[in-house]
Amino acid sequence: MRELDCRGLVCPAPIIELARHIRDVGIGDLIAVVADDAAARADVPAWCRMTGQEYAGQETADDGAPRYVVRRVN
Amino acid sequence: VPPVASPAGAPDPAARVYLDSASGEPLHPAARQAFAAALDAAYADPRRLHHAGRSARLLLDNARAATAEALGVRPDEVTFTASGTAAVHRGLLGLHRGSERHGRTLVHTAVEHSAVLHAAAWTGSPARSVPVDVTGRVRLDDLDLADASVVACQSANHEVGTVQPVTAVADRAGRVPVFVDACASTGRLPLPEGWAALAASAHKWGGPPGVGVLVVRRGSRWRDPFPEDERASEHETGFENVPAILASAAALQAVVTERDEQAPRQRAQVDRIRRVVGGLTNVDVVGDPFDRLPHLVTFSCLYVDGEALVTELDRLGFEVASGSACTASALEPSHVLAAMGALTHGNVRVSVSRETTDADVERFLSVLPAAIERLRAQL
Repeated sequence: MRELDCRGLVCPAPIIELARHIRDVGIGDLIAVVADDAAARADVPAWCRMTGQEYAGQETADDGAPRYVVRRVN
Repeated sequence: VPPVASPAGAPDPAARVYLDSASGEPLHPAARQAFAAALDAAYADPRRLHHAGRSARLLLDNARAATAEALGVRPDEVTFTASGTAAVHRGLLGLHRGSERHGRTLVHTAVEHSAVLHAAAWTGSPARSVPVDVTGRVRLDDLDLADASVVACQSANHEVGTVQPVTAVADRAGRVPVFVDACASTGRLPLPEGWAALAASAHKWGGPPGVGVLVVRRGSRWRDPFPEDERASEHETGFENVPAILASAAALQAVVTERDEQAPRQRAQVDRIRRVVGGLTNVDVVGDPFDRLPHLVTFSCLYVDGEALVTELDRLGFEVASGSACTASALEPSHVLAAMGALTHGNVRVSVSRETTDADVERFLSVLPAAIERLRAQL
């Protein structure tokens, strides 16, 4: 799975990274954002809703940082 | 050293536009007049039996009667506090304490003001959050009353304006008392029904800062959650700021009288902002578009730092608030926006006052799109 390391970045930088790289993966494929900024928890699902992508859920990276998974739909 | 406040002057087309009435409404002229008149007449302690004390008591009781009438409650149900926050604390915690024998869990909507959430946490008792829908309205079907001591449900949300179904919550709560934080709506909308205690804040309706209103309905199980103070009633604490209370009561009477004229005007201004902002690319207007407070609207702009947008708009002469926390000034983004599933970054709250003109709104709307694009281009 393509993973974007956004540790240490504050909002809205992780969402900007996600928007820049969503087309790195094919339609139907997954991309993950690893972000320790508190806003990402709300903003990744909200970004998916606003842009028509699918939020696939939250996981935890090896170092404990939250990892937010998105499926590219369009 | 620059002056701390600029004096009022003639209307100036380049004047700054204040669009943050939800944080504090400019002082109503009726409040200014009452405050000035009371400064010389209401200095004494209203508890004292001498002439000056009785004069202060008379003025305080007049303010109480006027406030009660404007709110549609009984005068003996009204207590003045030192702030809206103090009224929230006393109202919520007093009901919680009064219900000790019936339940221990404070139940609250997920979008209550932080004063409610922090007060609940302070008790050390369990607390349970009731989720909201995408407009920020509490999900009635998720109201779980097990072991409940009190249910806190705001009258309307302070960040997004959505009106809450307080009476339906109270119907479901049955014997569990309902606390209403009405700070965002008091003076602007009639009070809901069915609650046991309610808090309001004068500076949000055009009174001076430093005056809160606590209303405890007769027959409610309310017990003082804080150290006793030997005032006229157990609901009271501290020496009342009688001039500011009189000013608050005068402002409340005035805004309730002017409501039928002001609310539709403000509603139309907010509708206009909602329509224009809703048409911008990657901008989400949040909150209920219809069943809402008349004077405020919140929207979130993708790929924009909300606090940078506040600063940029301020540079252009427009004063707005933000629920975003993209810089060091706040650690957590708005819990209200997060609970609604709304974007927390790029957030701006615009709230009009009785002084906001249609021309102010148009000037704001004429600079906003370019301000958003400038910030997006920087990132």
